[in-house]
Amino acid sequence: MRGAPFSMNVLRPRNAPEALRAFSKNPKLTPLAGGTDFMVAWNAGQLQNRVVLDLSRLKEWKKIQKTKEGIRIGSLVTHRRIQEHPVVRSMFPLLVRACAEVGGWQIQNRGTLGGNIANASPAGDTFPPLSVYEGMVNVLSPRGRKRVPFHQVFAGVKKTTLQPGELIESIEIPYLKNRPHHQMFRKVGTRAAQAISKTVAAGLLWLKKDKTVQELRFALGSMAPTARRLKSVESFCLGKRMTPEVVDRACELLVQDVSPIDDIRSTREYRLRVSQNLLRSFLNG
Amino acid sequence: MISIEVNGEKRTFKGFPFKRLIDVLRQDFGLMGTKEGCGEGECGACTVLVNGEPVNSCLIPVCQVEGTRIETVESLGRPASPNVLQKAFLEKGGSQCGICTPGMLMTAWAWVRGGGSDKPQAIRNVLAGNLCRCTGYQHIVNAVVQAVRDRKKIIRNPKSTIQNRKSK
Amino acid sequence: MVSVGKNVPRKEGPQKLCGLAKYIDDYDFKDCLYGVTFRSSIPHGLIKKISFDSDFPWQEYVIATAQDIPGPNVVALIENDQPLLADKKILHPMEPILLVSHPILQKAYAALEHIRVDYEELPAVLTLEESLSLEQVLYPPDNVFKKFQIQKGNVEAGFAQADFIVEGEYRVPHQEQTYIENNGVAAYVENGTIVVMGSMQCPYYVHKALKHIFNVPDEKLRIIQTTTGGGFGGKEEYPNMIAGHAALLALKSGRPVKMIYDRQEDMAATTKRHPAWIKHRTGVTKEGKLVAQEIEVVMDGGAYVTLSPVVLSRGTLHATGPYECPNVRVVSKTAATNTPPNGAFRGFGAPQTLFAAELHWEKIAEAVGLDSLTLRRLNVFKEGSQTATGQILGESVGASEVLERAVTRSRYISKRKEYSLWNRDKKKESWRGMGLALVHHGAGFTGSGEVYLASRAGVAFTNKGQVKVLAASTEIGQGTISMFAQIVADSLGIPYEWVVVVDPDTGQVPNSGPTVASRTCMVVGGLIQKATLQLKQELSRHISKKSSWSQEDLKEAARKMIPPPAGEAELAPSRRSAGGGMMEGQPEKKYIVEYEKPKEIQWDDKTYKGDAYAVYSYACAVVDLEVDKLTYEVKIHKITTAQDIGKAIHPLLAEGQIMGGTAQAVGYALYENVVMKNGVMQNAQLTNYIIPTFMDTPPMDIEIVEKPYSHGPFGAKGVGELPMDVPAPAIAAAIHHATGLWIPELPILPEKIFKVFFSSPLVGEGRVRGT
Repeated sequence: MRGAPFSMNVLRPRNAPEALRAFSKNPKLTPLAGGTDFMVAWNAGQLQNRVVLDLSRLKEWKKIQKTKEGIRIGSLVTHRRIQEHPVVRSMFPLLVRACAEVGGWQIQNRGTLGGNIANASPAGDTFPPLSVYEGMVNVLSPRGRKRVPFHQVFAGVKKTTLQPGELIESIEIPYLKNRPHHQMFRKVGTRAAQAISKTVAAGLLWLKKDKTVQELRFALGSMAPTARRLKSVESFCLGKRMTPEVVDRACELLVQDVSPIDDIRSTREYRLRVSQNLLRSFLNG
Repeated sequence: MISIEVNGEKRTFKGFPFKRLIDVLRQDFGLMGTKEGCGEGECGACTVLVNGEPVNSCLIPVCQVEGTRIETVESLGRPASPNVLQKAFLEKGGSQCGICTPGMLMTAWAWVRGGGSDKPQAIRNVLAGNLCRCTGYQHIVNAVVQAVRDRKKIIRNPKSTIQNRKSK
Repeated sequence: MVSVGKNVPRKEGPQKLCGLAKYIDDYDFKDCLYGVTFRSSIPHGLIKKISFDSDFPWQEYVIATAQDIPGPNVVALIENDQPLLADKKILHPMEPILLVSHPILQKAYAALEHIRVDYEELPAVLTLEESLSLEQVLYPPDNVFKKFQIQKGNVEAGFAQADFIVEGEYRVPHQEQTYIENNGVAAYVENGTIVVMGSMQCPYYVHKALKHIFNVPDEKLRIIQTTTGGGFGGKEEYPNMIAGHAALLALKSGRPVKMIYDRQEDMAATTKRHPAWIKHRTGVTKEGKLVAQEIEVVMDGGAYVTLSPVVLSRGTLHATGPYECPNVRVVSKTAATNTPPNGAFRGFGAPQTLFAAELHWEKIAEAVGLDSLTLRRLNVFKEGSQTATGQILGESVGASEVLERAVTRSRYISKRKEYSLWNRDKKKESWRGMGLALVHHGAGFTGSGEVYLASRAGVAFTNKGQVKVLAASTEIGQGTISMFAQIVADSLGIPYEWVVVVDPDTGQVPNSGPTVASRTCMVVGGLIQKATLQLKQELSRHISKKSSWSQEDLKEAARKMIPPPAGEAELAPSRRSAGGGMMEGQPEKKYIVEYEKPKEIQWDDKTYKGDAYAVYSYACAVVDLEVDKLTYEVKIHKITTAQDIGKAIHPLLAEGQIMGGTAQAVGYALYENVVMKNGVMQNAQLTNYIIPTFMDTPPMDIEIVEKPYSHGPFGAKGVGELPMDVPAPAIAAAIHHATGLWIPELPILPEKIFKVFFSSPLVGEGRVRGT
């Protein structure tokens, strides 16, 4: 254990205004939510000598609220709570599935949705569902609140577009207008539980009466520096019937939307092929 | 100063607020039952319950648990009076080298006490955050199945005690 | 028998279940320093200069270098080639160079950033290929640490009789033991004696190594095993190194020193299973009879000799699998690379060579046109079979029985047919397969190893009538102390609960040899049983004949047998007692027995002929699995295994050994992938070195077969390693059945299945390019 507690200072605001004031006064603060990522690095001797802005007392950010348009999940809501929420369970099953595959029970009890987003790992399991549900991220700063489309939060591997002084307050997910004909979530990890994804997919598909695609949303994680919506695939499929030729072409197009790499967990080729297989299986219904 | 309830006792901690919960429990409160296996939140050996829910105490700065209720392996039974789960582990071979045991017990206890199911697959799923390299897990699953059933019997009929099973 | 064969409560169980068992990190030492290790950053080179940042508060630290070592700078083992601290030459990138200690652990770690070493770098030898090409000589003259050859019959003549000659090449990787408690020790000096406490399998190995390093007589060293959180071979010899480091700092600082690795350091720096290549060339008749086996084994030893010769020996002796063949040649060697030394891991060379031997049957089966089960039945060891070393298997040969039991229990034959049909259906989302493997595992040390060890163990009878077991064999989770107590209790005819097992402390127990090689129950248990029978004989002279003895009887006998102490008790009090009850230096009478080789066992180390092991245990595993057609992930439904271990002294513990070994083998086969770059493990974290969780480990159905061995206590043979040998080839065979793909290389990651799937010609029935 290499982390030195004597090298750390902690600020513990009691509410959002206090947190924002402290952060704007000192933009070098490191915000801390559930700590499931930060503490791993800290234990290994990284991220020492910091002033930490511990958000754990911000009760108002730990709530899930129903709104007219959808659901608002406070940034400090844990993966466990999301899974247990009846409305999320019925309306956003892909997010529930993803939360159930984030680490073990212990990690799900600590890790938060907002912390996960701010951490911006390419492998964030909840990101493909949030992407296809077209979530919005509410960002607070002393200047006020802004609504950022989910994808615009990410700038790269472990990088966000959030500025110092800005904090994620909540994530809003709009209800789907119609029930999708097909939906899927699939995480392909290094093992059956407690795994980091090699690829992670979420998809929603609406068909017209004539079986042509009315709308397709498909997103992949671990396949690029940030989670990706397959824009080329989605627009190609629009209005088409899912014939074998169309599905083949869609799978070929997948390559244009992602840029997987070889790393210690998997290979580029495997990631691509498996993602194509998942897409194919989804489109074939 | 940080106040916590640990195993039913009010405790205060006056050291560095970023000290990890596991270190506070072991070094400051002398509760050596909680073990560290990886420092990555991966093995679950350091699992304790915070407000009844299992967490990895190696990933929590103590300031984050101010005002909470913490339970460690020391809150379960003693050698002469093991609780229903410890007894099941002993009878079913759920502990070998023992280093994962305290954390394993705490996750399992949250499940058993919370009225979790006795289905092996459900038990495997909730315990997946606890690694064990000795047992191959099946004896642990068997122990938790037994504990879930025994606890239900006790709740249904509080006067009944679980009879010692005859060893084969 | 009252306790043997029964699931008595394990002795130390209640302590472990209440969080009271004390592992090394749970001990508090007054004025303790924390020691950390400064390691090389290059795989091969020479140290030119070591410098310390001048603006760093070094006065707060105690630092030890090679110059501080009182004796020779070597960690003594088989050969004395590994330094305790590198001072000139660097042979691998985790080589320790100096030791730093501080009262605050994090400050000790922080200091490592303020030390600089200038090297003259030399080209690194990172693979076996590079080692054998001899461009760099790490170990003169030819980089080969050790070679073996086994020769039986006439291999050329054998091939001449063969209708089919089948060749195959197999590769197995590093594997990390991944005990959940990392390596750790504490050292202090007490009245001129160096005391080391810690997590370890072999206190007397540490004793021997430290005796050299510190140049001290036996009695000035005391090594105490603390509760140990798993070993699996990973705490066989590495503790010699870390104990030497901690003791060196303790000696220099005059204070207790704790050295406990964190996970990253433990994974990257300590020993792993030897990677190996194995080549098979096998001659078979059209009826399926083996007529010639030619096998070549090469293992990567890493930078120093350490245990490689013995690992290679066991691998070599198991390379044929449990089959009789009249003409055999096995040649093997282990070579040096600039990677951390590889060492002991459950199975000790056998899982490597048995993987090849067993998977090779699938290849033979395809060539001959008979299924591998039939082929095995035709060639398997029976009583009277002659092994490759010429050993005649006289008794306790359960190979056929475990094979038939596992086949029946798993419904291997009918499910194989069922899955073949399933695989023809292109609409199915998976391929399914059944695979089988059969292995033997020699119990105890290789060849004449037990004779050289001359282990001593026994019992003590105190003047209070208490019976204590005296052995240095360690409890590392496998149940040593409970099993010893059972053997003593039943041999003496007293209840299990009365027997106390003394902690492994070189100050208190004789050297019963290392806790390795599946020898603890059969060999050490046998010595303890013999000693107990000596005690029993003497007791029965003092106690009138009865069907069972009471504690009063024992006390009375003790009064007669042991005179009251004259003055002070001689024995030091035990620090801890796993069996309960303090033993405050009671006068006692000891019964210590030394190992004697059974007369009929003959072994020649030079020719590698004769009785390689006193006896073998046998195991068969059947694996039922499926492979996802979308992701190439393998999901094991079930593993059915039957294992002949002679006698299960404690069935629950024996089952625990079988299940635990099986799970490790599942990891070996499917997940565990040490990624090396420049000699450094790149995935030295539990997040990225993937061991199976609850969800990856299948339900197991286990049958214990008992073919008693006449020299084992109550018929017992070895069980510790056997279960590690058998699942991996069965998994590979099942994947072959499912997909038709030939993947002779572990681990069989989904990436590998995918790669082979899209690159190999069409083979086998399961091959459907459906996705």
